[in-house]
Amino acid sequence: MSDASTRLALRAVLAAVFVFLYVPIAVLVALSFNEGGLPTAWSGFSVKWYVSLASNSAILLAAGNTLIVALASTAIATVLGTLLALGIEMRRSRSRGLEALVFAPMIIPDIVLAIALLSFFAALDVTMGLHTIVAAHVVFNLAFVSAVVRARLKSFDWSMVEASADLGASGLTTFRRVTLPAILPSVVAGALIAFTLSVDEFIIAFFTAGAGRSSITLPMQIYSMLRFGITPEINALATLVIAVSVVALTISQRLNRGTIGQ
Amino acid sequence: MNAVLTTEAVSKRFGAVTAVDGISLAIRENEFFALLGPSGCGKTTLLRMLAGFESLSGGRILLDGKDISPLPPNRRPLNLMFQSYALFPHMTARANIAYGLEMERLPRAEIAARVDAILAATQLESLADRKPDALSGGQKQRVALARALVKRPRVLLLDEPLGALDKKLRGAMQLELKRLQSEVGITFIVVTHDQEEALVMADRVAVLKDGRVRQCGTPHEVYERPADRFVADFIGVMNFLPGRAVADGVEVPGVGLVRGALPTGLSAGAAAVAAVRPERLSLVAPGAPGPDNRIAGTVAAIAYHGLDVQLHVACGALPAPILVRLTADAAEASPLEPGTPVTLGWAAADSRIFAERDTSEEPTR
Repeated sequence: MSDASTRLALRAVLAAVFVFLYVPIAVLVALSFNEGGLPTAWSGFSVKWYVSLASNSAILLAAGNTLIVALASTAIATVLGTLLALGIEMRRSRSRGLEALVFAPMIIPDIVLAIALLSFFAALDVTMGLHTIVAAHVVFNLAFVSAVVRARLKSFDWSMVEASADLGASGLTTFRRVTLPAILPSVVAGALIAFTLSVDEFIIAFFTAGAGRSSITLPMQIYSMLRFGITPEINALATLVIAVSVVALTISQRLNRGTIGQ
Repeated sequence: MNAVLTTEAVSKRFGAVTAVDGISLAIRENEFFALLGPSGCGKTTLLRMLAGFESLSGGRILLDGKDISPLPPNRRPLNLMFQSYALFPHMTARANIAYGLEMERLPRAEIAARVDAILAATQLESLADRKPDALSGGQKQRVALARALVKRPRVLLLDEPLGALDKKLRGAMQLELKRLQSEVGITFIVVTHDQEEALVMADRVAVLKDGRVRQCGTPHEVYERPADRFVADFIGVMNFLPGRAVADGVEVPGVGLVRGALPTGLSAGAAAVAAVRPERLSLVAPGAPGPDNRIAGTVAAIAYHGLDVQLHVACGALPAPILVRLTADAAEASPLEPGTPVTLGWAAADSRIFAERDTSEEPTR
């Protein structure tokens, strides 16, 4: 085969992969603006499904719950994950066991984590609700935040911390004025990843939400709506979730790229 | 003279390893003091103990007569200039320099005035608003120096301050550091592995090996009167002629008697080594009456260095060729090429004699 035809074949494969990945999402986004609501026929552009979404109280409740869970678990995981990353990277001797323990929640299948957390909460006799979902989401978000912050800390010059102390700063002042500003892009990036993961997390939330409908999250709500078929409202909702995720991930990547150059 | 900083039998052990082994030094007011030694000699550990980043396993550190050993780094009136400079990347040069003064909670106007003054003294005014990423290595070094100096510490500690600079810049900065030191009137303690740097900059040098001070003195003293074989070898270039001590020198096998004064503690019959600097050797005519010591050999190699010429002279029985530094004029006077037989001579007063094995190198039990 000539160079040109090889290149052509590779491009075709690449195009096929992208079609496979993104056409379903593009169709979903398009259908959310389809006036008629039928997945088979385009009957004109409309935002009426978004309007009807806004008046659906069950969806609004679920969206509110998801926002609460995502914000709370992100906030807790960001603080704890950053401290965890600093603690691990500051240690003079590394233990492989500790590293594995920190990474484990990223690798353990969600379903295993979900069952484990459910039995854990049941054993403790905790009333389940939004607070248990938050706690469960903190578990895996912690791992992601600390991984992102640790990556940044690998290139952190620890003598800056000593220099700050040498110039008369207390430990807290050094953290506030030297360490945190230096790692801030990675902390924000970690928080955005955590937020995105929490927003569309289904299995763990489903297991740890408890029985009541009051603590249902958005992915759980979408799943229950599916029993009546895919409605245009779900398309509209999914489009919004995609938009939020894409924005968060884009910002996170921008921030991480900025830190690598330093 | 008044001692500003005194270390009393300071030691540091990391597990089974003794990095600093009972070092006692008295550093004087306004002195430029160098801690010199090969890597792993404990000089950086000692500096970090002075700054407060390493705890002491034994001994005390006194500043103006007060024991500062228990104080954390941020409460010590000493500042350290880090080898990596450790500038804060998110702050401009000016903000980096002002940081230490802000920690002292000085009035804004005073901070601004002192920062401006140090920016002028280090010729950084035009770069004050740049961040470290936009500065060259030499400029970063000056910012790091200014950041430490602006605090007006009792003692400024410098960890390999010129290590990251290229050779030409290093030469200029050696003199620049010395000028700044006398201008600000602050005691400097500099750690370096570069003996030439220590000799050029320092008022006094402590030569360290294996956590101990081998010799402490002026550059002239450590160069001309090295305390032992290690110091003689580490500072500058030295030719060694091993043999056995006799009453008036060293009997070197295959060479004969090398005249020189025995150091105290070395008795005739002991293994000894005679040493002589390359610049103390000269070419002598074979039959002519001349210096106290002479040795015959053949030129093995000639290296032209512009100002001087270095000869490598192979002398039959000696394990290594003898290095001779001749001025360019002296070299021109006698045409030399590899293979030319020559006779080298030097005065007995230029011989240095050491015990062959340093007692301090014996394993201690």
